[in-house]
Amino acid sequence: MQTQTTPITRTVDARGSYCPGPLMELIRSIREGQVGDVIAVWSSDAGSKLDIPKWIEKAGHRLIGIETREGYDEILVEKLR
Amino acid sequence: MQRVVILGGGVGGTLVANLLVRKLRRQIDRHEATVTLVDEKGQHVYQPGFMYIAMGGEKAERLSRPERSLLDDRVILDVARAVKIDEASSRVDLEDGRHLEYDQLVIATGSRIVPEEIEHFDTEAHHFYSPTAALRLREALDAFTGGKVVIGIAGMPYKCPPAPLEVAFLVESELRERGLREKSEMHYCSPIGRAFTIESVSEMATPILEEKGIELHTFFNVETIDPARKVVQSLEGEEMPYDLLILVPPHRGAEVVIDSGLAPASGWLPTDHHTLQVGGRANVYALGDATDLPLSKAGSTAHFEAPIVAERITAAVQGREPEGKHASYTGKVMCFFEVGDGKGTLLQFDYNNPPKPPKPNRFWHLGKIVFNKTYWHTVPKGRV
Repeated sequence: MQTQTTPITRTVDARGSYCPGPLMELIRSIREGQVGDVIAVWSSDAGSKLDIPKWIEKAGHRLIGIETREGYDEILVEKLR
Repeated sequence: MQRVVILGGGVGGTLVANLLVRKLRRQIDRHEATVTLVDEKGQHVYQPGFMYIAMGGEKAERLSRPERSLLDDRVILDVARAVKIDEASSRVDLEDGRHLEYDQLVIATGSRIVPEEIEHFDTEAHHFYSPTAALRLREALDAFTGGKVVIGIAGMPYKCPPAPLEVAFLVESELRERGLREKSEMHYCSPIGRAFTIESVSEMATPILEEKGIELHTFFNVETIDPARKVVQSLEGEEMPYDLLILVPPHRGAEVVIDSGLAPASGWLPTDHHTLQVGGRANVYALGDATDLPLSKAGSTAHFEAPIVAERITAAVQGREPEGKHASYTGKVMCFFEVGDGKGTLLQFDYNNPPKPPKPNRFWHLGKIVFNKTYWHTVPKGRV
């Protein structure tokens, strides 16, 4: 699996946070990061699987993948600009 | 002796103080307990009124009263600035060099705006999060003769989540009444994928935006302002030209909680959803804007949290378990929402039940006006 081999630069643990908390945490991480960074967002909010990919597309970054873990989703994003 | 120290004289701090001295009346009269409220200015400010300085003829002097006048005589008011919470010594250090020791601590230090985090914000953008800024916005609206109005949010979370939408609706109504609507474009920029964080409120507000011809731009996170070209730029790479720019400024929690190591750089205190204790500490509570709870930063939140903090501290002082309906917080919040043209609606929700706003009507607009006028006699004194 691609997501299992991608080196993660930073993990944002937003579990327990409700929409738009996980997205806002990702945005903060993108602002602070460097081009090429891979950010893993952990979210237990079901809305994140929909909201975050839409934001990634609009903001011009790359969605590497979404993995369902135990009780949460891991969304992997590469900062492209 | 049990010493309760409350930091902050806003809605949350004031109400907790007044509720506590009632519940602990016997212990206070026997000199077994004290309740001290520390407030930097000794003035209580009704912040929801700021928007009406810009939009409804409100005056700043009507929105502020001496904190002492709102407190029960049993509450000790200490007008001072808290600079550090020293957990190891269970004391609060004050700027004037004094220290206050506590057995129970309530942090109700609210939030602060930090427009300086975005370059050119102060000179280019208008807002309504202080009386001065709201008055400046009023003057800008008076001078406005048509053009592009851009309303957006330059950082989340922020105080009173419906406020920017309310301002968009109220500005639109005003421009229509002044015959300037045809000469104006209106744009509403939301940082997330819809008009409002709560889905049901978004579903109510989006058709109103459409009906009023206010263009909605989603995923617009304000990054920079270019004053030379009069454009606001988003993190997502979009640009929005403006003639009148109205932005909610970025917000942070109080410096004292960051400096004391109780909160991260954002300043929002890690707070238990139900007990309102901070970071698992048994004797430190937070309420109102100061917390990191997934709820509106609004006086209403503090209003409904205060009885829980008061009950839990009373139980600790009296050596019993918290009891009754105020033993645990359910996330209850209730607030009015203006939609313009003299109409409003009501948002009422908790952690498990999203709001189901009724169809906007004149009743809820009047409700908000009456609430604003009667606030001083009701909320801080625990009468509602």
